Amino acid sequence: MKGTGFRIYAWFYLLFLYAPILLLPLFAFNDSVIVSFPLTGFTTEWFGQLLNNTSLHNAAINSLIIAVTTSVVSTTLGICAARASTRYNFPFKAPAMGLIMLPLVLPEIILAVSLLVVLLAIGLPLSIFSVILGHVLVCTPFAIAILTSAFQSLDKSLEEAAIDLGETEASTFRLIVLPLVMPGIISSLLISFTISLDEFIISFFLSGTEPTLPVYIFGQFRFPESVPVILALGTVLVIVSIALLAVAEYYRRRGLARLGAQGTGGFH
Amino acid sequence: MASPGVDGAARAEARKGLTLLSPPLLYALLLLLAPLGMVVVYSFLTDGYLVVEWDFTLENYIEAWTKPMFQVLMMRSLLVSFLVTLATVALAYPIAYYVSFHVEPSKKSLWLFLITIPFWTSYVIRVFLWRVILGTDGVLNTGLMGIGLIDEPITFLLYNINAVVITLAHAYAPFAILPIFVVLERIDRSLLEAGQDLGESRFTTWVRVTLPLSVPGICAAVLIVFIPTIGDFVTPELVGGPGGLLIANVIQTQYLSIGNYPLGSAVAISAMLIVGLCSLLFLWLNRKYLRVGR
Repeated sequence: MKGTGFRIYAWFYLLFLYAPILLLPLFAFNDSVIVSFPLTGFTTEWFGQLLNNTSLHNAAINSLIIAVTTSVVSTTLGICAARASTRYNFPFKAPAMGLIMLPLVLPEIILAVSLLVVLLAIGLPLSIFSVILGHVLVCTPFAIAILTSAFQSLDKSLEEAAIDLGETEASTFRLIVLPLVMPGIISSLLISFTISLDEFIISFFLSGTEPTLPVYIFGQFRFPESVPVILALGTVLVIVSIALLAVAEYYRRRGLARLGAQGTGGFH
Repeated sequence: MASPGVDGAARAEARKGLTLLSPPLLYALLLLLAPLGMVVVYSFLTDGYLVVEWDFTLENYIEAWTKPMFQVLMMRSLLVSFLVTLATVALAYPIAYYVSFHVEPSKKSLWLFLITIPFWTSYVIRVFLWRVILGTDGVLNTGLMGIGLIDEPITFLLYNINAVVITLAHAYAPFAILPIFVVLERIDRSLLEAGQDLGESRFTTWVRVTLPLSVPGICAAVLIVFIPTIGDFVTPELVGGPGGLLIANVIQTQYLSIGNYPLGSAVAISAMLIVGLCSLLFLWLNRKYLRVGR
């Protein structure tokens, strides 16, 4: 049978990819502080402990504020960039877009230290705000990538028709373009939110005394007795992330279907 | 020569485009380019114990390039990045190939989605879980001993370079799969049929047609894995042990614990330069020896 070897390999590969995530709930419900086989018994105690931990709640609130702000700002910046690059020709387009997309390939530690140096030089204290500045830098390229494919599949003649029928450019954008790319926008919001929620390196350098969830979790690794609680928290985070990504994927595909594009995975 | 009308229209279009692009561009100039420039400037300044003095010097670079500890960590970082890239891309290619050539078109998005999910979820927890999996009394050892496959715990998998490579190869897997997949999707399938009609086997068709055509994707995958791995300090700190620390740990310590920003900046810039040069060398070798007709 054609490709059987490949299929077996593919399933093993998926197992390797998912191994850590699959172990997460297994030990989050396990009745022992030590994470090893054999499992000792079922408990929901670790999840219970999540509910009355003030510093964890503060970190969660910080993360939520950062993730919401980041997703809105980077999607807005992403709409500007994606629209400009797909619709207009102008000088210095390639280098300008290259600069904006650069964080995609730069090591995050470089972004983190360069922002740290500037913030300290200006005298701005490290806070939620400084983390947002960094996260927007990281999320905008992803937002642009998603939104570009949405704007690219737009049929320009629809806009021209609207203008011919007496709409202004602004109202055309609002009435024609925006609804058509809306699934892309929602997808971009959700992906940026997820990236920001899980981002660690920039938060670690820039959060100061206001830790995000990943920074809080990293700090807890020093205490062996808090490992099961962290695994419980990890289970919750992974479920939230997967749910958000699934919704984002749904909207991305619906957007492409609406624009009549062929379903090739959307990575062209 | 273009008529004034056409010229004017082009200029109006350029103005609109630039206006629209200005918010993200200004953001990138102010919060990306300017800070990067600042790090370059800092790397030439003098550390005055928690303050930075504006005395230009090359001392930081001399220290970053001659101190044995930095040299050892830099070489080890390059080795780890190299091994991670090799492992990631080699493991990723068959997956990209499988999804592109053997999966039904309607199921391709689902496969890509499944592959990318782990990448988006809780990076810190994933790294930590590898410690839990690979440790002496960890999941792998207790599991294998439980079913009687091994008698003694395997110890060479945690707190050394192996653990760092495994963990990073896991973290960057989707990064390598996507660019290769995109390139494979673009290959004209009739070329492969032509190859087989002309008497090539499926394997030789792959070697002589598919592989050369997938080189751009492999290159992109190599760079997109190789460059960011140099900046990871969480993985070495959590699973690398004392013998597995990398150059990014130095940068982190110089900035956050010691507070010597000029030296930290010089190490960071040096690491980026070395990685950049390796990438350029790789691209140049590719162009020279693997010239693929377009």
